[in-house]
Amino acid sequence: MVKFTNKRRWTKRKGQAVSLYLMALPGVLVITIFCYLPMPGIILAFKDYDFSRGVFGSRWIGFENFRFFFASGVAWRLIRNTVGLNFLFMVTVQTCAVIIALLLNEIYEYHLAKIYQSVLFFPHLISWVIVGYFAYAILDADRGLINSIISHFGFGKISWYSEPKYWPAILNFISLWKGLGYFSIIYLAGMVAIDPEYYEAVRIDGGRKWHEMWYVTLPFIKPLIYINVFLALGRIFYGNFDFFYNVVRNTGQILSTTDIIDTYVVRTLTVLGDFNMAAAAGLFQGVCGFILILLANWVVRKIDSESAIF
Amino acid sequence: MTEKNSKLNDKSFKMTIIAIFIPICLISIIPLWVIFVASFTQDKAISDYGYQLWPKIFSLEAYTYIFTTPGLIGRAYLISTIVTVTGTIVGVTLMSMLAYTIAHRNFKLSKGLGFYVFFTMLFSGGVVPYYILVTRYLHLKNTIWILILPLLINPFSVMLLRTYFRRLPQSLFEAAELDGAGEFQIFFKIALPLSKPAIATIGLFSILSYWNDMYQALLFIDDQRLYPLPYLLYRIIFEHNIIQEGAQYTGTITPYQSVRMAMAVLAIVPILSAFPFIQRFFIRGITLGGLKGE
Repeated sequence: MVKFTNKRRWTKRKGQAVSLYLMALPGVLVITIFCYLPMPGIILAFKDYDFSRGVFGSRWIGFENFRFFFASGVAWRLIRNTVGLNFLFMVTVQTCAVIIALLLNEIYEYHLAKIYQSVLFFPHLISWVIVGYFAYAILDADRGLINSIISHFGFGKISWYSEPKYWPAILNFISLWKGLGYFSIIYLAGMVAIDPEYYEAVRIDGGRKWHEMWYVTLPFIKPLIYINVFLALGRIFYGNFDFFYNVVRNTGQILSTTDIIDTYVVRTLTVLGDFNMAAAAGLFQGVCGFILILLANWVVRKIDSESAIF
Repeated sequence: MTEKNSKLNDKSFKMTIIAIFIPICLISIIPLWVIFVASFTQDKAISDYGYQLWPKIFSLEAYTYIFTTPGLIGRAYLISTIVTVTGTIVGVTLMSMLAYTIAHRNFKLSKGLGFYVFFTMLFSGGVVPYYILVTRYLHLKNTIWILILPLLINPFSVMLLRTYFRRLPQSLFEAAELDGAGEFQIFFKIALPLSKPAIATIGLFSILSYWNDMYQALLFIDDQRLYPLPYLLYRIIFEHNIIQEGAQYTGTITPYQSVRMAMAVLAIVPILSAFPFIQRFFIRGITLGGLKGE
């Protein structure tokens, strides 16, 4: 009898494990095909890709592709734009989101706060193609809204799409427009947990609203700010492809301040068909990105191990 | 005295908040408004006067054109719908099964699987190897599969679900196991029904990423009949004639300025109409702590 149940138990265990394998299998298959199978392809960065010979048959050329990539002068421009713009976006979005969340947190009319929050969140859901449409409707030299406003006041029109110097600011503004609602919701969610007694204590001491924000709310969400900052820093080598591709639209005149590694790789691949350069740039980005993510996660773990990604 | 002071202070504080939020909210909405207005403006008026905050010459010609000669536009809408619906249903199923095995406490592979999924967020082979794999080895160029398959699994969503499954009361699972339920039964009858909010959240993430995706099409779709909506929207910026080519008849002049804007509006409508729903689940997703790992 005992033996029998044991055996039944054993087969059931085995059956369970089999069903678990079956459940994991399709998902694992998809990940394997689309994420892991391309990985050996990184060797292309050290090869001279020849279509007829394929990835493994192509000739090894060592670091030649990287030498070209860095000698062309493009590399430094791409790194500067990718890292610089991402840093700018991060500082702007996080600062503004914290301020907005602090203010939203002080609005006691529930519905009013909800409306503000919804309106600010709305841009997050809009696809970048349409954001590109928005940008064009507002910035186009002849038909754009801004130019018709400034020419109405007697100023000369500015052809935005051929002036590289304006673009870091324009892109920063768009990134803020798109991300403000999202990040302020994240911060707001962190503020909900604050015990009202802290605020009461400030009020009893005769403190004002500003004191409540500065001495209670802000210190409370400090870890959250650090975490968001370091997560963004970890991804600083990865630009938002859809954003740049749709808003900049490969406009030649402004590429000097708007071309990032991601757009460069796709353009080089699809327009120029230069697999070697694109592979080198891509691997460079992947390796730098990997190291930075590990570093950033290590820092986040030091601040709050719960929030670390791994 | 102090009370009066603080009340006054509160009132001025309220005014400050309104003074800050009204302009910011306007800026959030204005771009959409401009596109919306342009879609209801006569095509020639857009060319002559540019984008306005109010239609210079009101016209329904763009919408009339789209609905009478759907052509490629209708086709792109159909493709996007098929891709979004199929991808979301299949994706959510695969992700929840995968997340269940990762969350499982008595499965020896759960840790390894978690890392396997997670590692894809840290490192990828890059675009070039991916492009060669899909075109040369998988032969998925110009097929609808390439619009669906790569986006099925989102590692963030898997991690979010995993965390959620882990937080479910363990005693329920143990009880079901004692009653002789198999893993599939436990998954479908206990884990899934209890995780509706989390499932809805990752479902919405999937819907949004499919509906808004143009990256796969940009790399792999040349066949106009397979353009999803965002990619068609991207192409018609540069190739006005695409709209006409797809139309059933030619000869009339296409009001392409306003048609483009009307298409953009039509692409936003589904997202906008589900907005309150989407927002609720987004907030829930954030508070679920989807980013948290082990």
